[in-house]
Amino acid sequence: MSDPSPKPSFGSLLRRPETGSFLGLAAVFLFFTVFGGSNFASLTGAASWLNVAASLGIIAIPIGLLMIAGELDISIGSMVPAGSMTCAIISGHFGLPIAVGVIAALCLGALVGLVNGMLVVRTAVPSFIVTLGTLFAVAGLTLGLSVLITGTTSVSIKAGPEAKFLLGHFIGGIYQVTILWWIAAAIFWGFVLHYSPYGNWILAMGGDKVSARNAGIPTERVTIFLFMCSSMSAAFVGLSQAILYNSAQVSAGQSYIFNAIISVVVGGVLLTGGYGSVVGIVLGTLTFAIVNQGIYYTPFDANWASLIIGVLLLVAVLMNNTFRRMALSYTPSRKVK
Amino acid sequence: MPTPLLTLQGINKSFGPIDVLHDINLEVYPGEVLCLLGDNGAGKSTLIRLLSGVHKPTSGTITLAGKPAAFASPRDASNAGIATVHQFGGTFPLMSIGRSFFVGEEPKKGWGPFKTFDRKTANDIAVKAVRDLGITRITDGDRLVGGLSGGERQALAIARAVHFGASVLILDEPTAALGVKEAAHVLRIVLQARQKGIAVIFITHNVVHALTVGDHFAVLIKGAKAADFRKGDKTREEITDLMAGGEQMAELEAEIKSYMSSHPG
Repeated sequence: MSDPSPKPSFGSLLRRPETGSFLGLAAVFLFFTVFGGSNFASLTGAASWLNVAASLGIIAIPIGLLMIAGELDISIGSMVPAGSMTCAIISGHFGLPIAVGVIAALCLGALVGLVNGMLVVRTAVPSFIVTLGTLFAVAGLTLGLSVLITGTTSVSIKAGPEAKFLLGHFIGGIYQVTILWWIAAAIFWGFVLHYSPYGNWILAMGGDKVSARNAGIPTERVTIFLFMCSSMSAAFVGLSQAILYNSAQVSAGQSYIFNAIISVVVGGVLLTGGYGSVVGIVLGTLTFAIVNQGIYYTPFDANWASLIIGVLLLVAVLMNNTFRRMALSYTPSRKVK
Repeated sequence: MPTPLLTLQGINKSFGPIDVLHDINLEVYPGEVLCLLGDNGAGKSTLIRLLSGVHKPTSGTITLAGKPAAFASPRDASNAGIATVHQFGGTFPLMSIGRSFFVGEEPKKGWGPFKTFDRKTANDIAVKAVRDLGITRITDGDRLVGGLSGGERQALAIARAVHFGASVLILDEPTAALGVKEAAHVLRIVLQARQKGIAVIFITHNVVHALTVGDHFAVLIKGAKAADFRKGDKTREEITDLMAGGEQMAELEAEIKSYMSSHPG
């Protein structure tokens, strides 16, 4: 009988879901360090892409988990402004304590997620369509209610020092505190997906929902829970931006939809579900943010950034497919006994 | 004569106006392999779905270990000890062997909310269970199920069923997608399961495979049980004829013959 758990090796690293995204990140980082010069690699340069990555990353991780479970949520594009407007209207316009605004925004996120999840589970309509519906519905509600209540589409909010410290200040003057929330989220979700037994449920659901249900996994509850988490994460990002910038706008979040999906896919999550890792999603988010921000440090026109992101996405998907094939065809050599 | 573990009495199943199964009576004994033979569309799959809790019979009773059994869900059936393994075995190709083995029954370690999936235990048990069935090529529980051969996946799925204490094992065409060598291995595993006292229901339309492992045979034709016999009661040719509906086979042969003679070369 041989030892069934071989030591980590270079080969076993190659078979992990995040390998492709790590190589992508390294390539992109190298590229911008060469062309962006010392400004890109400086602490300020790092802050510019870390700040972008942090708010995107908080949303991308639960989106990635949904995709691993075989679902998709694009309503986050409306949940970000909805969360920030809810917080700003309650705590700015009506002047209630900031905690009330924060809790209300998170509750709204939970509610929208619950609606998304229930609709997906009960109707069996693809989650893309369901959340496309709620994307527009929530956008309309946010706009309509904001104008109805405040008469404007932009509301200012003045947060107290505690709220500022927790959600809206710059560490060292340049790093958004959101970065710490992102790290916390990554640790939490990493534990859930890779160490807790529930991670197994999420992977199994994405692999084959019917078999997962037959194996006794409460697939409906898990699906609804994941939708609630993604909506709440989007609301959280929205409200923390309102607190950071002291104001909230009705339309500021549609870009999160595609950016989150790109980050997740570049991070090695399989679009059809059943495969992926939180580390991969974090690396994918970093890669996206570096391209998005790094372009400003290069002599190139910023318009080229989208081209790079598009090519990067395709390369990442192809590379991830290759690594997945390697993982599938891997057989431990028989001589090691 | 021992008592049957699983008995079907007067089972009928219809979907709307379409009758799929008529008046099926079957007895399955522990430590025996019942081969369910039949052509495509004969109702084999429907019968399995009734036993595995996917559908409920329109009428008739299923008795498991002396008690009437009405399964509300596949989960119910597997809790009662009926495990079903489908043609392609593991259905989670991108999960590791250890993880997929314990889907829904994860071994845990740790405390309170910090309970973690016990990967090492899961891998060790899964690898040992498969190796016990003679698949010695599997040594690493972190390997992905999708990387296993068809026979290894069948073995993994059967090992899983045995590990979780199945008393009835339903194998839905386990050898259909396999090469000769792999199929032989799966058949050997079927016999091992039988030796453990498990009642095996083996669905196939390969008569040779059925004759190799079967103790007891039932042939379904158009939703009705056309024959029910023990090992040695019928020859291979008789069974093949039965399955295809003997006369039709003869007609087809005659047709081919006349075609060949009218089209020389």
